Amino acid sequence: MKSRTKVTIVAGGLAIALFAGSIISRRQVERQRGNEATLEDVLFLPSGKTVKRLSLGYSGLLADIYWTRAVQYFGSKHLNHSQQYSLLYPLLDITTDLDPKLIVAYEYGSVFLSQKPPDGAGQPDKAVALVEKGIRANPEYWRLYFTLGFVHYIDRHDLEKAQAAFEKGSRVPGALPWMKVMAARMAEHRKDINTSIMLWQAVYETTPDKDVKATAQLHLDSLQAERDISELERRVESYRQRTGNSPSSWGDLIRGGVIPGVPLAPKGEPYVLKPGGKVDVADSSKYRYLGEWRGNQELPF
Amino acid sequence: MTSRLYAITLNTFREAVRDRVLYNLILFVLVLVGCAPLFGQISIGLERLILINVGLSSISFFGVIIAIFVGIGLVAKEIDKKTLYTILSRPVRRWEFIVGKYFGLMMTLVVNTILMTVGFYIALLVTAHGLKRTDANLLAAIYFIILQFVMIVALTLLFSSFSTPIFSAIFAFALFVIGTFAEDLKNFAAISEGMVKWLAMGTAYIVPNFASLNVISMAAHDGAITTGLIFSNTLYALLYSAAVTAGAVLIFERRNLK
Repeated sequence: MKSRTKVTIVAGGLAIALFAGSIISRRQVERQRGNEATLEDVLFLPSGKTVKRLSLGYSGLLADIYWTRAVQYFGSKHLNHSQQYSLLYPLLDITTDLDPKLIVAYEYGSVFLSQKPPDGAGQPDKAVALVEKGIRANPEYWRLYFTLGFVHYIDRHDLEKAQAAFEKGSRVPGALPWMKVMAARMAEHRKDINTSIMLWQAVYETTPDKDVKATAQLHLDSLQAERDISELERRVESYRQRTGNSPSSWGDLIRGGVIPGVPLAPKGEPYVLKPGGKVDVADSSKYRYLGEWRGNQELPF
Repeated sequence: MTSRLYAITLNTFREAVRDRVLYNLILFVLVLVGCAPLFGQISIGLERLILINVGLSSISFFGVIIAIFVGIGLVAKEIDKKTLYTILSRPVRRWEFIVGKYFGLMMTLVVNTILMTVGFYIALLVTAHGLKRTDANLLAAIYFIILQFVMIVALTLLFSSFSTPIFSAIFAFALFVIGTFAEDLKNFAAISEGMVKWLAMGTAYIVPNFASLNVISMAAHDGAITTGLIFSNTLYALLYSAAVTAGAVLIFERRNLK
């Protein structure tokens, strides 16, 4: 064998073996540092303004990277049903410092922040701060006012601030007319389930993102089931008052002319009539947010 | 004179192409093609925006790197290979050599940018399934990137006319970095007083203002770039680079080449 061939074989073999060794040692390092080590590195510079100065003018590109980091961070926490999202707001803050026009970061970021754990960070005040920052940078974008009103109403239960947000948004040129309707409903202090359904319906219809759409659908299904159950229990009660007996099945109510047929839940399956006249869904895992309203009659969210 | 300038320009361009400078185009296409669907999977609502930011930032960054690393060798290489003496022994003036080199490198960068722009628009067309009227604004951002090159090439040539390649690269890159802070320097001058104010103001005007030439984010968000800004930036970049090239000529004319 020629010496050149020998060297090629030895060097090639060494290169492969050493590279494989480097992968093993790197995995060891990653295990020791934990999942969030890289994110901690990202936040080594906690000020978005500093990161912007160091970006050499490529701040738009860095904003995209930070936004992707925020989405990845939220996604990994969400999958692990985490109760702590401590890095989410700093990541979103840096992202929007780097690119104040990055609307998606305000819209989706506020949803990530405002929802209760494990669906979100459970930080509606920070969601409000983020959206208000977005409005300061993009006053012509009326949808941010909708997002602000939404967080105030759904997550903070602050009807006055929700009304102010919808009202201001309705005055922005190009705002859709239902912003005025929402402002009016808030002004009436209508703490009803229909308002919540309207808001989630608006989110469902306007979001282009399939994950947000799915979340909105879950809320809509739960709220509609909530509304149906409330109405069905009212009818059961009226039947009992009229006949003096509790209905044992939907058939009793149908024969009594109280309901036209077996009532179906939003997912298509029949509601369950329990002994004592209570109504429930057959599979509660399909209605994750069911019961939130019943737990808080004063503020039906 | 024109034919001599043309000959040096063309030779500089040919030399750069022979040095496989345009290989970066392959990397650029790979980055663009690879990143758009990838980021679409791991992020939300950013496919088009990421493509624009990555595309325009790459055009700018690769261009600056080429301008600096090719620019630093323009004079030094000719001295090392002793080809400069052959050129200058002919009826070629020293200033023609510098200006010809300047145009040659600019030609390389403009061709490179045009090819990248074509690749970028194809990627945009494929990702966004069509082009919008506001996508024309991106051409203005690319034009501003070329204006960046107009200035950085002049600066690199200035340093390479009297310094070693490694120091020329350090100086040019340092000025590029400082130039991105030009507006911060002016803001600092505005809040300072006395001597510091004048020093900061003077520095702000001496260093190249690359900040005003970076409109990538604005263009990515469909922001309109006014003709007034295009005109002022063009005038500024041309005047500044002409002044710096004149400085390079001045130094090179007096340089002892023995």
